[in-house]
Amino acid sequence: MKSPFLSLFMFCAILLNCNSQTAELKSSIERGKDIYTDFCVTCHLPNGEGVKNVYPPLAQSDYLKNNREASILGIKYGQKGEIVVNGKTYNSFMAPMGLSDDEVADVMNYITNSWGNQEDKIITEEEVSKIKK
Amino acid sequence: MKQIHSLLAITFIVFSACAQQKDSEVKAESPTNVNYTSELVVLDLNIPWGMAFLPDGSILITEKSGELIHFKNGEKNLIEGVPDVYVRGQGGFMDVKLHPNYKDNGWIYFSFASSEGEGDGGNTAILRAKLNGNTLVENKVLYKASPNSKRGQHFGSRIEFDDEGFLYFSIGDRGDRDVNPQDITRDCGKIYRLNDDGSIPEDNPFVKTENAKTAIFSYGHRNPQGMAKNPFTRAIWVNEHGPRGGDEINVIEKGKNYGWPVISYGINYSGTTFTDITEKEGMEQPLFYWVPSIAPSGMDFVSSDIYPDWKGNVLVGSLKFEYLERLVLKNNKVVKREKLLEGIGRVRHVVQAPDGYIYVAVEGKGIFKIVPKN
Repeated sequence: MKSPFLSLFMFCAILLNCNSQTAELKSSIERGKDIYTDFCVTCHLPNGEGVKNVYPPLAQSDYLKNNREASILGIKYGQKGEIVVNGKTYNSFMAPMGLSDDEVADVMNYITNSWGNQEDKIITEEEVSKIKK
Repeated sequence: MKQIHSLLAITFIVFSACAQQKDSEVKAESPTNVNYTSELVVLDLNIPWGMAFLPDGSILITEKSGELIHFKNGEKNLIEGVPDVYVRGQGGFMDVKLHPNYKDNGWIYFSFASSEGEGDGGNTAILRAKLNGNTLVENKVLYKASPNSKRGQHFGSRIEFDDEGFLYFSIGDRGDRDVNPQDITRDCGKIYRLNDDGSIPEDNPFVKTENAKTAIFSYGHRNPQGMAKNPFTRAIWVNEHGPRGGDEINVIEKGKNYGWPVISYGINYSGTTFTDITEKEGMEQPLFYWVPSIAPSGMDFVSSDIYPDWKGNVLVGSLKFEYLERLVLKNNKVVKREKLLEGIGRVRHVVQAPDGYIYVAVEGKGIFKIVPKN
């Protein structure tokens, strides 16, 4: 009994999750996935888990969830210095990728809505353009 | 329905992810005893991709973001007249190399990503210039790969000279795995050879092949980011990044096909496979392959008398595991691997300088010099 119920629940949860995303967010996430595959996957890996002690995880990352602006800043201009992610300290250098503002927005929407992460408030090109070093 | 399809797709991916990979036969170990230590000599660098040691003891350092730093008497100066660099993904301002007769002719060679030419995006270019005071002069682009691409991957970049004075450089497959590396009428996924003025050597392997890019010296490469002349055999060696597993050391020979992506010891980042074979007739086997990947960038040989324990060994920087790998060879086979400078940071480059010392460029840190312990 338990397992079909659980499946049904998850199915509904997926549906609800999808419905809560606007068409705009959905297409941004889709474009963001391509950017992720091109620029991010080598270090942060397809499942967003990162590499132990070197590249912080994006999946279920408290840093990404709680630091929207700093995360955008890190992708836009590069990430340097110590950051604490899920209780672990990381100190690798991530170079700026040379992405345009709309591409930064797309990849942010993808990583904040993948691997169990959820962020309903869409990140727009305008929001990225206002974030400066 | 769509969700069901997604679930099926996920299930399929999970099952096909069980592709078997054979780990490297020789595992990297932590050293038991090291008679050398490191000191930070150039501070505060971001991505020091290349370094060249001038006769006066100063250092030219390329920053991926586009700056050329002249480090002299403990001070950094920015050099002017550097090329316009296309900074995107793994591309930017990359290697720097002096001509073997630099003292006489003053030529310096650079690799960088450039948006010049056909199409949106960029591709790897090779520049020759001279340093006049604080400025690069007589700049001439000797090669520019085409077409441009907005993809972020695999610009290659390393430059080396052989004993005859030929100039070699690498360009990666630019993320077009199935299009570029096996096609000698296209750039990318190749090792190139030029004369030092940029002209094509008459005896390059494909000069008589119709439509071929005649600068190509070997092909079937993925992304060689390390290249060094073996000071004992005089051959050109490269290390190249594999995907997930399958980084390789290759000894470059004229006209040979190194197999990417037809043969590989690697699998896709997602865990799926793109080939079932690791060897094929007409394709070269690597001298060594890494599974799992260490993400090798930068390579040099130890030949100086300052490091008797390491003489004849190969040093390779690991970006992924943040150490310098020492590979001991016997009869052209890797017999031992050691992790030096563990936890130092992403090692982008390693060079044995004319002063005989080994210098290691580390991202986010700077340049370290390895010295004997007192």
